[in-house]
Formats: sequence, C-alpha cells, structure tokens
Amino acid sequence: MSLDVTNLKKVFVVGLFRRKEIQAVDNVSFNVKPGKFVSLVGESGSGKTTTAKMILRLLRPTSGSVIFDGKNVWDLKRINELRWYWKNVHAIFQDPYASYNPLHKIDRILYQALALIANQNTEGDSVVKKALTEVGLRSNDVLGKYPHELSGGQRQRIMVARCFIIKPKLILADEPISMIDASTRASVLQLFSKLKEEYKTSVIFITHDLGLAYYISDEIMIMHNGKIVEKGSPEEVMDNPQDPYTKRLREDVPLMYSKWIGF
Amino acid sequence: MNTLALGLKEVERVTLLKAEGVKAYYSIRQGYVKAVDGLDLVIDKGITLGVAGESGCGKSTLMNALMMNVKLPLHLIEGTIALDGEVISKMDRSMLKKKIWGVQASMVPQSALNALMPTKRIMDFVRDVIKHHLNVTDSEIVSMAKKRFEELNLRVEALDLYPHELSGGMKQRAVIAVSTLLNPKLLIVDEPTSALDVSTQKQVLKMLMELKTTGITESIIFVTHDIAVLRQIADYIVIMYAGKIVESGSTEDILHDPKHPYTYCLINAVVTPEPEVRKRGLTSIPGEPPDLINPPGGCRFHPRCVKAMDECGSVEPVLAKFRGNRLVACHLFK
Repeated sequence: MSLDVTNLKKVFVVGLFRRKEIQAVDNVSFNVKPGKFVSLVGESGSGKTTTAKMILRLLRPTSGSVIFDGKNVWDLKRINELRWYWKNVHAIFQDPYASYNPLHKIDRILYQALALIANQNTEGDSVVKKALTEVGLRSNDVLGKYPHELSGGQRQRIMVARCFIIKPKLILADEPISMIDASTRASVLQLFSKLKEEYKTSVIFITHDLGLAYYISDEIMIMHNGKIVEKGSPEEVMDNPQDPYTKRLREDVPLMYSKWIGF
Repeated sequence: MNTLALGLKEVERVTLLKAEGVKAYYSIRQGYVKAVDGLDLVIDKGITLGVAGESGCGKSTLMNALMMNVKLPLHLIEGTIALDGEVISKMDRSMLKKKIWGVQASMVPQSALNALMPTKRIMDFVRDVIKHHLNVTDSEIVSMAKKRFEELNLRVEALDLYPHELSGGMKQRAVIAVSTLLNPKLLIVDEPTSALDVSTQKQVLKMLMELKTTGITESIIFVTHDIAVLRQIADYIVIMYAGKIVESGSTEDILHDPKHPYTYCLINAVVTPEPEVRKRGLTSIPGEPPDLINPPGGCRFHPRCVKAMDECGSVEPVLAKFRGNRLVACHLFK
C-alpha cells in the first residue's frame, strides 16, 4: 500500500455576480506508508475535510494528483477498478448519526460491506459476527435494530466493524470521535490501533484535537489555511513546534494538570 | 488565586441558587424516564460550577429543572428551587418569563448557536430581549448593546450581521452576550464549546471568565463532558451519573484525588497531551450508561464498577460528606 498526494489543489468559486475564489487546499503534498498512522490536524475551515474528500474521489481536485498503489485514483473509470478502490480505501465520517439510512436496519450496512469482499454466500454471518466482536459489540445487541436505537458510540463502532470486514489498506477517518462521549473516545481510538497492528492498515486521522493526535499518530501534519505548515513525529510537533500556528494550536489545547495563563 | 478565593468563601458564603430534592422525570409510553432523581445542589455567589458526566446522565435535564424550564414531557415531580432566596419552583411560566428568565438567570442551551432565526440580525435578538423587560427607546437599546459588545471585546459590527455571516465561535459568543444583557445573577451554559475547535473554544471560555470578572454575572454553571475544559474555568465540579450526583468538590480535589470509581474512570478517559496522561495511557469506561426507566438497584454505577461489592447491588449509597466540602456517594467512603 502506498498513497502519494502531490501538489493537490482545490479552488472553490463562490458568488454569482461577484465571483470570489477560495483556495481551500493549496499545494498539499504528502505520502502515507503501510501501517502508518498519520494525523491531519487543523482548525475548522483549514481544508482537512476537502483534502480527504479528494482522496476519497468525492470531490474532483482543481489540480494535482492522488496516486494509490501506483494508480491515479481520478483515472479509475471502470466498475471493477472502482470496486478495487472501495475495497482498499475506506472512510469513516464525523457524524455517526448521518452515516446511516434511518429506514434500514443496522444489518444492511454490514452486509453491504460484506458484498464488497464477495464471499457473502459462504460464511457471511460468521464474518459479520466476528467483526462485531472485534469492536466490542455483541451481535444480539445490535443486529436487527434500527440506527436510532443505538448510542453514538455504538454506531461509530459499527462503522469501524465495517473496516474489520473489508480489511482495507487505508482508512480515512474524518473526526471519527468528536461527536461521541469523552468517556468512550479512547475505546474507539484503540480500535484504529488494533486495525493497524493486526492488518497493517494505514490510517489518515483528521482531527482538530492535537491532544488526540499526539497519542496515536506516527506522524502529525498541521494544516492551516489550506497549506500543510508543519510535519513531523508527535514528539517533534508537541515538544518543539516550529510554525507559529502550531505553537498557538498547542497552547489552545485545554490541559488537565495545568491552567492557562490568565484563567 | 482560586484556592484563596475559595478559602474566603468558606467564611462568607452567600447562596445564590438552592435546589433541594429535585426529581425531574420525562413521561413516555413505557413509564417515567428518571433523568434527574433526587438531587440537592447549592451554588454560592461568585462560583463557576462545572457539571460533568456522560451523555444521558441528566445534565441538561437538571439545567432545565434549575431554570424551571419544565415543559411536557418533562415533569418536576418533587423538589424546591430557590434563586437568591426567591422560590421559583412554584412560579408559573408567564411569571418566570417576566421576572426570572433573562433578568435573574439565563440559560444558553446546547444547540443555541444553530437555533438562531436565520432572517434576523443579531441586533433583532438584542431588541427582543431588552424590549421584553425594559421600557426603553430604540436608540438606547442600540447604545446598550454596543457598550456591552465593546466591554466583552466583541466586534460591534457583528450586531448588524445575520447569523450565517458569523463564525461558530463568534455566534456562540454573541449568543452569550445577548443572553447576559440584563446582567442575570446566574448564567447556565450547556456544552457551549463542544461544537467548536480548540482555538475558538478558548475564546469562548475567556469570555465566560470576563463575564464574571466584570461583574455582569455572579455565578456560572458550565455543563460539559470534557473535564479538561472544566479544569480551566471551574472552581467546583459536580459529577453526575444516571440522574444523581456521585461526587462533588473543588476542581483541584476532584482532578488530583478522585474518590468515586466513576469519577476516576471519567478522568482517566480524558485525552490531553501531557506527560501524566501519556504515562497512564488511554482507558475508557466499560459498558453503557443504564436505562433510566428501570435504573439498576443499589448504586446505579455498580454494574460497570470494578470495585463493586455485594452491598453495592442492594443498598443505595447516600451523598455524604467525605472531607471539607467534598461529597461522595459510594460505599467505599463511608
């Protein structure tokens, strides 16, 4: 698995009469190696999600390229190629409520994942049950239920259970834990580490919380106004930030054992 | 500075809000959801109180009950609530609107920044609030609002903008500024920063501090599930679980020496970039919060508690004094 993002750019044009160009993502380049946990950190509007959408083929870049395993993802046209891509690159989004169709039972989203790996007729049920056990859910508790009957944490775990079924090479997790309770955040985070350790899955973790990124990443990239302003290991970025924006971001994280100056 | 201020208050404590035996239930088809189930709370003047707990522990319901914002299906089953000596739990809604809400006590609910009418400018909200309570001319209202926005270091131009033209942080700060225009003694903010990123969160917290230092409000109740945020601004912390208070005390005590096993778990689940936290690693609380229609007997936390004893399943622990102003409801600390 390798992901190479080179000079990625996205310009949004807004306004009907007075056209204004917004550089949402400005010349972003990075690569992700197998089994690495890379965090993309920045405030709202810094272009994190736009970058993710371009990698996921949800938004066409203005210029630049996204190369996954030697193939430019925007050149994939045929359904077989796309299936290959969907099988290998998986996304988890911020809102565990919006990721589900409220009219369908939980089972559907899991069996859809199973259909992607195409062995549903053999031991499909046991694969689903095993994936649910991996994320710490009992299949009796969730199967046959509707999304509204589950808590936010459970719903997000089911999204991760899909990853245990498909076993993608790369996961793009866009703020996966910012909408779930502080008390269950750690357990969902640990699932990503588990995927990384067991299947050598690479993860691109998008967050505004430098504290979280510090824990689980192998590399942190700080994004500001569409540009990556700093890159490095968690220790480098936290202990010795170079960019003024990183410094500010670091100071703004609320700490447990010390108080902010002036508070 | 905080410890000193708290020390003084031991001598000259003045109660602002006193709630006794509050039970607030939601009536649904399956029965009563016991969201707040027998709870006493005293808030002194000059205090910032933090209320923490998982989703569904009754934090927001408690705040609605304290404000007497009790609308069906929520019922205040029992309890008296007194604000600055005045019993508000017997008042009817029109009286509350006239005499309490916005004047004596204000609440900024969780989704306030998304609930602003999109076709109204911030100034229109200001007019609504002031005209409801005071008999003043429009130019007076404008100058009042401008003065207050300047006092709180907010851009005065924001008054003439529509909600969608403001950023999330600015919107939240404007909402708080509008709800404190008439200098309420008590301000309740419910998860004001959970939708904001860390940098804007800091600005909102700073503004809340300013509200107290400039004397606009006397006390603040801050509801959140993020204890690291409470560390920055709260003097006292109350930990709620399944509709009850399990522990309360000063911020320092709670953070450095949590007594109740639930508090301990809750604090250990916080992820902040600090050597202390890194050393202990990431943990989370096993299991799910209980069903509040049929809460477990005995201590409500016992099915998830690692230190549970036989007694915990049958006898309900009472919230008792542990040391100083520290209260704990656990059989381990009797």
